[in-house]
Amino acid sequence: MLQALTAILLCQLAGETISAASGLPLPGPVIGMVILFAVLVIRKGVPRDIGVVGDALLANLSLLFVPAGVGIMQHAARLEDEAGAVVAALVGSALVTIAVTAFVMNRLGPGRGAGQSRSNEAESGGERG
Amino acid sequence: MMPETLSDIWVYLAASPLLALTITLVVYQGAQWLYGRAGRPALLNPVLISVVCLVAILAATGTPYQTYFEGAQFIHFLLGPATVALAIPLYRQFEKVRRSAVAVLASLLLGSMTAMGTALGIGWLMGLDQVSLVSLAPKSVTAPVAMGIAEKLGGLPSLTAVFVILTGILGGALGPALLDRMKIGDPAARGFALGTASHGIGTAQALQESEVAGAFSGLAMGLNALATAILLPLIWSFFG
Repeated sequence: MLQALTAILLCQLAGETISAASGLPLPGPVIGMVILFAVLVIRKGVPRDIGVVGDALLANLSLLFVPAGVGIMQHAARLEDEAGAVVAALVGSALVTIAVTAFVMNRLGPGRGAGQSRSNEAESGGERG
Repeated sequence: MMPETLSDIWVYLAASPLLALTITLVVYQGAQWLYGRAGRPALLNPVLISVVCLVAILAATGTPYQTYFEGAQFIHFLLGPATVALAIPLYRQFEKVRRSAVAVLASLLLGSMTAMGTALGIGWLMGLDQVSLVSLAPKSVTAPVAMGIAEKLGGLPSLTAVFVILTGILGGALGPALLDRMKIGDPAARGFALGTASHGIGTAQALQESEVAGAFSGLAMGLNALATAILLPLIWSFFG
């Protein structure tokens, strides 16, 4: 348990270090995700403890956004003035983005009806090379 | 000195991180209970209800956000390790992800451009000023990246954080119903759309649906952070 948590924190720390040192526009934790992913690929599996800790964190992912969300109270004045425009932009953009992304993925992705397996195999065969 | 009256006890507790931390956990679990009990309606999204309740509690007790955050930061901190942990569902589902590499890239590019373009377009038509516009544009991206991008382009990072959370709540709450209406049942498409539009909160929603949806959502979140960081400065140069 402790080892698994340490391993996850080490990935994040390495990610933060790379992010700061390289000037990449990616935040440390996202680079840390790539590092952990690489470790899992090299180990050819998810060690049991890392799976337990990771699943526990991800099962409560929504909770982790609450403290930042409460920060809305700091921007009450600006948001009051621009409420209509902000709400229209946020709602409109979220719905259109979800619709467009899901539509494209649904057309091209693994879920597109008959004939998919053949062309998918062709794609992955090309990638392997 | 021992606290003697109720207000002394309050002053003592309000200054320690324990109170903010405990209240956040209690409120969130209450919100989750309500959400489940009411049959999971979009409007009762647990993040939304928690934020509304906590803002009301802080306002009623006259507690500044900074004081609250001194306790709540212990929860906030776990966002980092949780983001790292997204590698786990991604690894478990990687065979599926790899087989859809072309679809992933096409959906990412179109989705990312749509997220920025519609936010800027609607905001501009509705008369938002430049600072609000550029703070709004990266709102589909996970908070730390979005804040960094906004700051670089002259926005307000803390305002961007609010837009990021609101977008997450909106996408997580309204997304599944929209996808149902579009008759899109494929977990890869559902997850990828939720993660592209609504980062970690969308991913939390996708993980509730299935591990496949969660894996594609986490992947979309990471890729859209990269795509937005590269593309937004180009798009913004047309507005700025």
